[in-house]
Amino acid sequence: MEKYENLPAADAALDITDAVCPITFVRAKAALEEMEAGAVLALRMNDGEPVQNVPRSVKEEGHRILKLADNEDGTYTLFVRKVEEA
Amino acid sequence: MSFSNEQLERYSRHIILKEIGIKGQKKLSAASVLIIGAGGLGAPAALYLAAAGVGRIGIADADRVDLSNLQRQIIHGTNDLGKEKAESAAESMRAVNPETRVETHVCFVSAANIGALIAGYDFVLDGTDNFPAKFLINDACVLAKKPFSHAGIIRFRGQLMTYVPGAGPCYRCAFKEPPPPDAVPTCSQAGVVGAMAGVIGSLQAMEAVKYFTGAGELLTGALLTYDALAQEFRKIRLPRREACGVCGSNPTITAPFDYPGAVCEVAP
Ligand SMILES: [Zn+2]
Repeated sequence: MEKYENLPAADAALDITDAVCPITFVRAKAALEEMEAGAVLALRMNDGEPVQNVPRSVKEEGHRILKLADNEDGTYTLFVRKVEEA
Repeated sequence: MSFSNEQLERYSRHIILKEIGIKGQKKLSAASVLIIGAGGLGAPAALYLAAAGVGRIGIADADRVDLSNLQRQIIHGTNDLGKEKAESAAESMRAVNPETRVETHVCFVSAANIGALIAGYDFVLDGTDNFPAKFLINDACVLAKKPFSHAGIIRFRGQLMTYVPGAGPCYRCAFKEPPPPDAVPTCSQAGVVGAMAGVIGSLQAMEAVKYFTGAGELLTGALLTYDALAQEFRKIRLPRREACGVCGSNPTITAPFDYPGAVCEVAP
C-alpha cells in the first residue's frame, strides 16, 4: 500500500464502490460539477470495470488525473483535479 | 439544487452526454413546456419530455379518447376510452416520471385564451391537426415572443420547423394563410400512418430538449420534411419574409385571431 503522504490532498471524497457502469461515472461527474475549479476529488472505486472506464471518462470530460492509488482491498482511489470547461 | 442518487440514475443517459451533462439536465428540470393537443404528435412528445425530466408540462386538449385515436395516440390505452385526453395523457406521463409536474387544460385553444395559456410556459409544442389552430398558435407565439415547435402530418408525410424569436422565420412566413377549408382533405378522410406521429412528435420533443440544453442546431430557418414512402428527409432553407403579416416589418396582425371553421376539430 502506498504511503499516505504520497497521495494528493483531496478537497472532497466520493465512494462509488456500490455503483455499476454507467452510474459510477455519472456520480463522479455530478460530484465534480459541484466543486470549484482546481479542487481535488478522491474517488474510491472497485477494481475491474470501474477502474478501466471511470478514469478515462473523467479525463475525456477535460479533468486532470493526478493519481490512481491501489488500496489493496480490491478498490482504487482516483485523485482528480477539476478543470473548468473552456 | 443537486440531484439525488436516484435522479442521477434516472437521467444518467442524459448526464453522460457532453452536450447535456448535469447542467443540461438541471435546465430541463427548470423548464416548462405547453403541448397543445394530446393527439398523435402530442403523445410521443409528452411521453419523451416527461421521461426527460422537464420540470413542468402543460397539456391542452378538449377532446375525449376515441377508439379511432388509438392507432397512433400511444399515450392513451384501450382502458382510457371516453376519458378526457388531457387527463389520460397526464396519467401516462406521471406513471413514466412522477417528478414532472403535469398540468391539464381541458379546453379548445382559441384567440380568447391562447395568450394566457402560453404565458405560463417557456416553450410551446404545436400538436394540433388543423390549419386555423396552427396559424393561431404561430401568431400568438410570435406576438408573445414565445419559442415553439410547429409540426404537421398527413398520410405518409410529415414536416416540422422551430420558431425562436429573432432567430428566423415564423410559420406564417412560409405558409402565409391557411388553405381554403375545402381545398384540403380533413385528417380523418386523408388518413395517416400511426408511426408518422411517432417520428414527427419525437422530433418535436428533440427540438424542445435541444432548445433548453443549447445542444446543437435547431430547425430555425429551416423546414424538415419527411416522406415515409421514399424514406427520405429533406431540410429546406426557409427565409424570414419581410412582408409577413405577423413577424414582418409592417405587421397587420397585432393580436391573435380565430379563422372560421377549423378543418378538423379532432387532434391527429
Ligand atoms: Zn413570419
